[in-house]
Amino acid sequence: MNSKGIRIENLKKRYGSGDTAVYALKDVNMHVAPGEVVGLIGPSGSGKSTLLKCLGAVIDPTAGRMILGNEIIYDQGWKVRDLRALRRDKIGFVFQAPYLIPFLDVTDNVALLPMLAGVPNGEARAKALELLTALDVQHRAGAMPSQLSGGEQQRVAIARGLVNRPPVILADEPTAPLDSERAMAVIRILNDMARKFETAIIVVTHDEKIIPTFKRIYHIRDGVTHEEAGEGRKFE
Amino acid sequence: MISLAGRDIMHAWGKFVFTGVGLGLLIGVTLSMAGIYRGMVDDAKVLLDNSRADLWVVQKDTLGPYAEPSSLYEDTWRSIRGMQGVATVANVTYLTMQVRKEARDVRAMIVGIAPGKATTPGWPPYLVAGRQITRSHYEAVADIATGFNLGDHLTIRRNHYKVVGLTRRMVSSGGDPMVFIPLKDAQEAQFLKDNDAIWQSRRRTEANPAFNRPGSPGLLDAVITSQSSNPYVNAALVRIETGYSAEDVAESIRRWKRLTVYTRSQMEQILVGKLIATSAKQIGMFLVILSIVSAAIVAFIIYTLTLGKIREIAVLKLIGTRNRTIAAMIVQQAIALGVIGFVVGKITATLFMAPIFPKYVLLEPLDSVRGFAIVILICVLSSAIAIRAALKVDPAEAIGG
Ligand SMILES: Nc1ncnc2c1ncn2[C@@H]1O[C@H](COP(=O)(O)OP(=O)(O)OP(=O)(O)O)[C@@H](O)[C@H]1O
Ligand SMILES: [Mg+2]
Repeated sequence: MNSKGIRIENLKKRYGSGDTAVYALKDVNMHVAPGEVVGLIGPSGSGKSTLLKCLGAVIDPTAGRMILGNEIIYDQGWKVRDLRALRRDKIGFVFQAPYLIPFLDVTDNVALLPMLAGVPNGEARAKALELLTALDVQHRAGAMPSQLSGGEQQRVAIARGLVNRPPVILADEPTAPLDSERAMAVIRILNDMARKFETAIIVVTHDEKIIPTFKRIYHIRDGVTHEEAGEGRKFE
Repeated sequence: MISLAGRDIMHAWGKFVFTGVGLGLLIGVTLSMAGIYRGMVDDAKVLLDNSRADLWVVQKDTLGPYAEPSSLYEDTWRSIRGMQGVATVANVTYLTMQVRKEARDVRAMIVGIAPGKATTPGWPPYLVAGRQITRSHYEAVADIATGFNLGDHLTIRRNHYKVVGLTRRMVSSGGDPMVFIPLKDAQEAQFLKDNDAIWQSRRRTEANPAFNRPGSPGLLDAVITSQSSNPYVNAALVRIETGYSAEDVAESIRRWKRLTVYTRSQMEQILVGKLIATSAKQIGMFLVILSIVSAAIVAFIIYTLTLGKIREIAVLKLIGTRNRTIAAMIVQQAIALGVIGFVVGKITATLFMAPIFPKYVLLEPLDSVRGFAIVILICVLSSAIAIRAALKVDPAEAIGG
């Protein structure tokens, strides 16, 4: 399936130009295999969010290459025409705050993505329910987001990120608002899902509790990445 | 695909219903304004219908008797009666004034009707209560809108009248209810001088040596009689004999009697095109202002609702929602607001405004259809600002710093 996961080579991003130019990413190199969960850590201002935005195709990198699966999506310029469809079909997002749509119930929050891609409502809801079940929130399927606990909301958000079976998931501080037990649960879920759906997952985090769980970690400092082996500790 | 707009409305229905009702009241006022204009036009037509005249003969070169003062000699009708194609002719006077009943007074149009019966031009064609005027003096038939009842005693100038019959929807083009009285009484009411004035004018006449001549003793009395009598009416109403064309008969009266004659359609033109033209302009102005205010409200509400959803919109964009889908969501909400507003407005206008408004309000179905189309158009246009704001939202905002 996604035999190659995601690969980033010499990615650069400059904000602004001339005197006010900021080189947020200077040389980013990463590779995440399908089924793998890697950590991306770095001090404030090091370029983590900028990297996620480039990967998420919401800002344009300045130079470099990005390869998703077998497809070169960026090589000194975007190689896909419809970035919107790329985001919808190939990239799952999980944020620090769940950002669920408040006027849709849990099922439709998740089912919205396949629906946007043209999947019929019934089929989209079935897909959503399958993921909600995998994440153990199926009993809240009919509830509105405001009626869920923080942890439940985050699981629904993960379900939304996964529902289109994207080859890559970008998670930005997904455990920040959660206590350590819940944070661990989220990390376990991400690992389970990565394995189950062959997804490459990048987790941006500051969270000391979860850092030891990664087998591989990318450190980013001043826009430059360094790969490191992680502890890969079992969570439970 | 599910309806994002619909779900959002269901979720925040209180807000929608509340603003919808506010907008609805405004639309209700707008519909009522249009209804008032229609009512005025209809009143004018009813006025012409109820006078049951085919031709209005008035003073030469005037737009009388409704739009301008007009006076004719009261015996003009005799010579018209003999003309070809004329079935009936009747004198009529119109005078708008205050009619008193005890301490209260009401603005009314006094219609002086020539002796005759219910089918005589100028007479009220049907009564809702009581009977027509049968005596030649001091009886009145009043429109129900005056608030008078059968048996009431009215005071018009110095004379007292008893209400013997009631009509409905007999109003002047200004919306004043009519009070019918015998022609002679009406002429007197129109031209009657008070006692002091009569006495004074008699003294002046006596003092004038041209009238008070020892050689012709009857002259003074004749002059005084002619001064104090009033041989004028405002118009003569003509009915045409079947088989004759109103325009032909009008033309021959114009030619032979040197009077101005209007046909029914010309009269309607005068009433609608001239008499109520100013009111129509005022109402038109109000309609424009109300439309602008409604548009501003819809624009503001939709804009505020959209700003409250910036984060959701950023997320929707990030996960691949097309701009078209987001714009459609906003437009649909604006339309929903318009529909709620229109329904509330229509109900308000029909059930609350029309019955209590002191003027006849005619709500025409076609006006409602037009109003609906305009409301929807305004809603769609005013959602443009909100759509612009939504389309400017950067999906990167969802990822944050
Ligand atoms: N839109 C922008 N315009 C100009 N400079 C920017 C912009 N966004 C980020 N930067 C700069 O780029 C650098 C990297 O920012 P970025 O937001 O990626 O950091 P971060 O690693 O996410 O930090 P934090 O952990 O505080 O969120 C910073 O120096 C920042 O000031
Ligand atoms: Mg950041």
